[in-house]
Amino acid sequence: MTVTSTELKANSRDIRPGRIIAWTLLLIGGLIMITPLLFMFSTSLKTSGQVYDLRLIPAAPTFDNYIKVLGDGRFMQWFLNSTIIAVTVTISNVFFDSLVGYTLAKFEFRGRYFIFLAILSTLMIPTEMLVIPWYLMSSQLGWLNSYWGIMFPGMMTAFGTFLMKQFFEGVPNDFLEAARVDGLNEFTIWWKIAMPMVVPAISALAIFTFLGNWTAFFWPLIVTTSKELYTLPVGISSFSAEASIQWELIMTGAAIGTIPTLLVFLLLQRYIVRGVMLAGLKG
Amino acid sequence: MAKIELQKLVKEYGKTRAVHGIDLTIEDGEFVVFVGPSGCGKSTTLRMIAGLEDISGGNLLIGGEVVNQREPKQRNIAMVFQNYAIYPHMTVGQNIGFGLYTSKLSKAEKQKRIEETGKILGLEKLLDRRPAALSGGQRQRVAIGRAMVRDPAAFLFDEPLSNLDAQLRAQMRLEIKNLHRRLGTTIVYVTHDQVEAMTMADKIVVMRDGNILQVGTPTDLYENPVDVFTARFIGSPSMNMVEGTIAGGDLSIEGAGASGLGLPTHDGKVLVGVRPHDLVVGEFGGAGLSASGTVEAVEPLGSETLVHLALGKAQVIATAPGRVVPQIGSTVSVHAGTGSLYLFDAVSEKALGRA
Ligand SMILES: Nc1ncnc2c1ncn2[C@@H]1O[C@H](COP(=O)(O)OP(=O)(O)OP(=O)(O)O)[C@@H](O)[C@H]1O
Ligand SMILES: [Mg+2]
Repeated sequence: MTVTSTELKANSRDIRPGRIIAWTLLLIGGLIMITPLLFMFSTSLKTSGQVYDLRLIPAAPTFDNYIKVLGDGRFMQWFLNSTIIAVTVTISNVFFDSLVGYTLAKFEFRGRYFIFLAILSTLMIPTEMLVIPWYLMSSQLGWLNSYWGIMFPGMMTAFGTFLMKQFFEGVPNDFLEAARVDGLNEFTIWWKIAMPMVVPAISALAIFTFLGNWTAFFWPLIVTTSKELYTLPVGISSFSAEASIQWELIMTGAAIGTIPTLLVFLLLQRYIVRGVMLAGLKG
Repeated sequence: MAKIELQKLVKEYGKTRAVHGIDLTIEDGEFVVFVGPSGCGKSTTLRMIAGLEDISGGNLLIGGEVVNQREPKQRNIAMVFQNYAIYPHMTVGQNIGFGLYTSKLSKAEKQKRIEETGKILGLEKLLDRRPAALSGGQRQRVAIGRAMVRDPAAFLFDEPLSNLDAQLRAQMRLEIKNLHRRLGTTIVYVTHDQVEAMTMADKIVVMRDGNILQVGTPTDLYENPVDVFTARFIGSPSMNMVEGTIAGGDLSIEGAGASGLGLPTHDGKVLVGVRPHDLVVGEFGGAGLSASGTVEAVEPLGSETLVHLALGKAQVIATAPGRVVPQIGSTVSVHAGTGSLYLFDAVSEKALGRA
């Protein structure tokens, strides 16, 4: 630690060309990423007449759009739908991906490798190709136009399972065996011993799953028919389907929609950095 | 409290045999130490006793009952791991309390047990700390506490001290020994450190390549090793071995003279073992073994000096008493009295007797 901090100090004094190039690239990258966001906020503060006036700072900023959007019952419904769906799917992924990942990482059984490969191979199929089978399946089973219909494809993911498996492999067996000798059953060992040791991975998985489902657009659009079941992105985009495209409302909805994702991130990201595992092992 | 019996216990990993059908009885309250080189099957045996490893053959009895098929938790055994394996997300108190996970005691009683255990191990002030904020020795104590709190039939230790520094190791050795005296619970302890074995055990089990070579008290093993391996394994520094021949009731060793020895009846090549502490630098008359050799290295330890000698083809270690430190390259005489020679068959490496 001391070494790195002195290094940092020394480096900040003599600014080397490599550093300038790196900073420039990062700056450009950062700008590219943040500009659409800035325009989103800026547009949400404009009136419909000003939308095509591409100034970043609106001439006459107004919160009218926010009042309008928040006052619209449909928007609140969509917001609620998205919340229910994203939270449910996230909890489901954290639970089932971990359970399967743990089993694959820590138990020896016949066909383990094959199952792992089978799960991984689903990663190679793009979502777009799965939409038709999902749709057919949903329509056969009567899942169209329901929360479950929106959620079922994401209740467990191959990526999450893979991620959790990798992390559980890093949990030393001694912990699990110590718990076994102490009399815990296998499920409790997983839940009380192994899970707390992979909290960083769980947080990352939760963040990604929540974000992915909060912003999911394609599948919810296809599987829902009634507006009451729209998720937020689908609902917001429907603003554009009415008469003329109301960019200022779309952008306002999108801006409000970023708040939960920010909250989730702020809430969970501190667990990602906290590596708790090693402390219980040899000194 | 329980007697543990191993009957022809076998462990196979696929086609390879890690443990070759060993027999052993561990009496109730005994402190038994398994020693042997790395990979000899000590941990595997211990883990079979704990129930963490399936038994491939033979029987394991605890308290007179065959427990081959029982889950670890049904065996009421506590285990302390080399890595301590205390849970980082729990406090010291919670860690110790985890040993009582299946116990039906009331919350208050559990708390009392945790506090008592903490006191015995000198952890009473640390019960609210997390493992990350503990020293290595303290962590090891927490692991022992978790095992102790539940009053198990037996404690199993797998190299519990190997991650500690020498001083702490010596201290923990005593503490574990005292704990055993206090609780009187059966302990099975695995180590590859013969000092730990000698200082702590009631009974030492020497293992090699999945077999038990010898079982006995520390003194037994030191005085009467059954073969070359045990002889060299027990005692530090290791026993010196030089080649010799017994012919017509006389022992001849290249570069050394032997006289007045009561030799076992044997004819042919032998290995003659003599412990460094019995091989003393200086001129002596009388019976025994005497030789002279060139000093190759010296290790002054203060109270004595270890002298490495070239004795013919063999390398041996002798001791010089007091503060005598011979010059490197000089020639010194060494002597071992009668009764201090261990004779082994050169081929089978089995003990023939002492002389
Ligand atoms: N899971 C396993 N699969 C295959 N072979 C194993 C397995 N575990 C142990 N072995 C083998 O069994 C033998 C005994 O191993 P064991 O761990 O009991 O040795 P040990 O005496 O405890 O050694 P150490 O002092 O290094 O801990 C070794 O040869 C080892 O390679
Ligand atoms: Mg071992």
